[in-house]
Amino acid sequence: MNPRIKSWAWQGAAVIAVALLATWFSHNLSTNLAVRGMQVDFGFLASRAGFDIPFRLVEWDSSYPYGWALYVSGVNTLLASALIVVLASLLGLALALMRLSGNPLAAGTSRAIIELVRNTPQLVQIVFVYVAVLQVLPPMRQSITWFGSIFLNVRGLYLPSPSGTAYDWIITATVVIVIAAAILWRRLGLIAAPRLVVLPPILILGAVIAGFTASWDHPVLRGFNFVGGTRVPPELLALVLGLGIYTSVFIAEIIRAAIEGIHRGQSEAARSLGLTANQSMFLVVLPQALRILIPPLTSQYLNVIKSTTLGAAIAYPEVLQIFARTVLNQSGRAVEVMTLVLGVFLVVNLLTSAAMNAWNRRLTLQGR
Amino acid sequence: MRPLIRALFGTKLNAALSLLMLAAFAFTLPPLFRWLLSDAVWQAENRAACTAAGSGACWAFIRARFALFFYGQYPEPERWRADLGLLLLVAIGTGALFARRGRGWWLAALVTIVPVAGGILLAGGVLGLKPVPTPNWGGLLLNVVISFVAMAGAMPLGILLAFGRRSSYPIIRWISVAMIEFWRGVPLLTILFMGLVLLPLFLPQGVTVDNLVRALIVMTLFNAAYMAETIRGGLQGVPRGQAEAASALGLHPAQVQLLIVLPQALRLSIPGIVNIAVDLFKDTTLVSIVGLFDLMGVVNQSMKDPAWLGLAAEGYTFAAIVFFFACLVISLGGSLLERRFGVGQRR
Repeated sequence: MNPRIKSWAWQGAAVIAVALLATWFSHNLSTNLAVRGMQVDFGFLASRAGFDIPFRLVEWDSSYPYGWALYVSGVNTLLASALIVVLASLLGLALALMRLSGNPLAAGTSRAIIELVRNTPQLVQIVFVYVAVLQVLPPMRQSITWFGSIFLNVRGLYLPSPSGTAYDWIITATVVIVIAAAILWRRLGLIAAPRLVVLPPILILGAVIAGFTASWDHPVLRGFNFVGGTRVPPELLALVLGLGIYTSVFIAEIIRAAIEGIHRGQSEAARSLGLTANQSMFLVVLPQALRILIPPLTSQYLNVIKSTTLGAAIAYPEVLQIFARTVLNQSGRAVEVMTLVLGVFLVVNLLTSAAMNAWNRRLTLQGR
Repeated sequence: MRPLIRALFGTKLNAALSLLMLAAFAFTLPPLFRWLLSDAVWQAENRAACTAAGSGACWAFIRARFALFFYGQYPEPERWRADLGLLLLVAIGTGALFARRGRGWWLAALVTIVPVAGGILLAGGVLGLKPVPTPNWGGLLLNVVISFVAMAGAMPLGILLAFGRRSSYPIIRWISVAMIEFWRGVPLLTILFMGLVLLPLFLPQGVTVDNLVRALIVMTLFNAAYMAETIRGGLQGVPRGQAEAASALGLHPAQVQLLIVLPQALRLSIPGIVNIAVDLFKDTTLVSIVGLFDLMGVVNQSMKDPAWLGLAAEGYTFAAIVFFFACLVISLGGSLLERRFGVGQRR
């Protein structure tokens, strides 16, 4: 057969099959909706929600519209994701260093933790932390107290919260400077050291200075409740701890594989050129390992954003819990709600992976 | 003894690390051991009796609910059917793993006899077996059923999508890419919700789909996308010369792909496929959030039983242990398969 005709025939068949399936689905959908006396209409997003969101970073009360709830819960999802990514990266790095330390005790412990955590479901871990650890904490009056101003009890973790104009300015300035420096590092060429070594301490230093200038609002027990400070609800704690630990073992394995993937000759050559062990690690091995690290690390971070939906199991008010549960139950608009929820995750995932791919491509091109 | 001491206390840093680790062990291991074993209670009537008998874990709870954890509400006189189905799966699965000759027949049996016979055994309604509706299926049985069906369905679909993504016809490629990236871009739990609330709307009016079947459909499609990417990796790993040599020998392009390239690609993707199987088995717990009573769901429910109220730590520890060993078995089977096929040894 003529390859051109064949190509058209196959592709035409595929198009027709997909079109038929789509028409069948949309026909079924419209009949089903017509029977229920409904139609696809996103107008309900503007109507009054009338429910409370127990934990939020942005304004919300029950008079706000449904559409705003997507924003509130989206911020909650991003907050949980960010905290999990930080915790998992730090824990993962620690586990990887333990594994690579050459100390049999540390390496064995790390290995045991990794195997144990990664072979049990993440849902079991999250719910375990929530139900078996956080819900059996003492009540308000017998809170576990650290330094007189951090309280842990069954209602959550109470932290002192900083505030003040100077504090806000210093934090903003530090973050802006660090991000700008991270992007323009090579072009600035200030110090001949990798940014991974220089920038995190600057960030910490900025936070410490800001902390000294801030006025701290300490939580105080008044009657039956704490006044002042910030409350981290147990749902968020459980999600961050459970998922953070679960993700950290995968990150540990990724880091280990990346460092072990660098040919021994590289560090041997660096040592024979007179570099110290630290220099060879930070200037020769780590920059190369970073290159292998980025693609799998990206997919882990994307998994974290997706896995925060497990917060629905412990009623953490994230996108799925608020939208696919509360809003769906109240409004009954299954098609619209699920389209929005799926759309949000799809867009976030595709955008993040596109950005990380671009960064990865730049890293790969440099110096090869 | 010498090398061990040097490894543990050779340098100052190492010695500090070792001491730190030993201190951490001293702090965590004895209480853990006491709770898990030495202070644990193995026989008691209810929670109150448990607390009276010892301060450790109340394993009597697990013993009392053991059958529930494995079969859910599956009626007791019919449980032999679930056992027989599982036995069939294990027997034919082991056969496929260890067979020296006729592995194709074993695999064919795995994807035909096991689902058909297993389905008849579990659901009943024919051959004089009492029908057991799916809401009564539960416990670990449900996790196994979902994993097996999703895996068996995802395999052919994934192969199809992987070939589609490598196709030289742009339209077929785009359709495959859209399909794969959609399922990979959204969380499993939202997909389960989608199956729960959206799937019935997309089916003809009057057609009702069982809750379990909805979960099975979306789990299969979800895993097919991941399977497609793994198999695509395998397809890329097969040297071009293989396909060229096969074409030169006069094989039809379809024969080249199905008989020469695909078997080698599948061999290369074994580690990835095993990872998918482990992840899938762990993620079957998510169905407990959409109202099915798998092992996780049954544990959640049992803790609300007044006689055993609030024994969360025991319940979830037990679930974790079961999943740990199940995943270990899958991983071991996988590495056995890898060795059988010499993955990473011959090219």
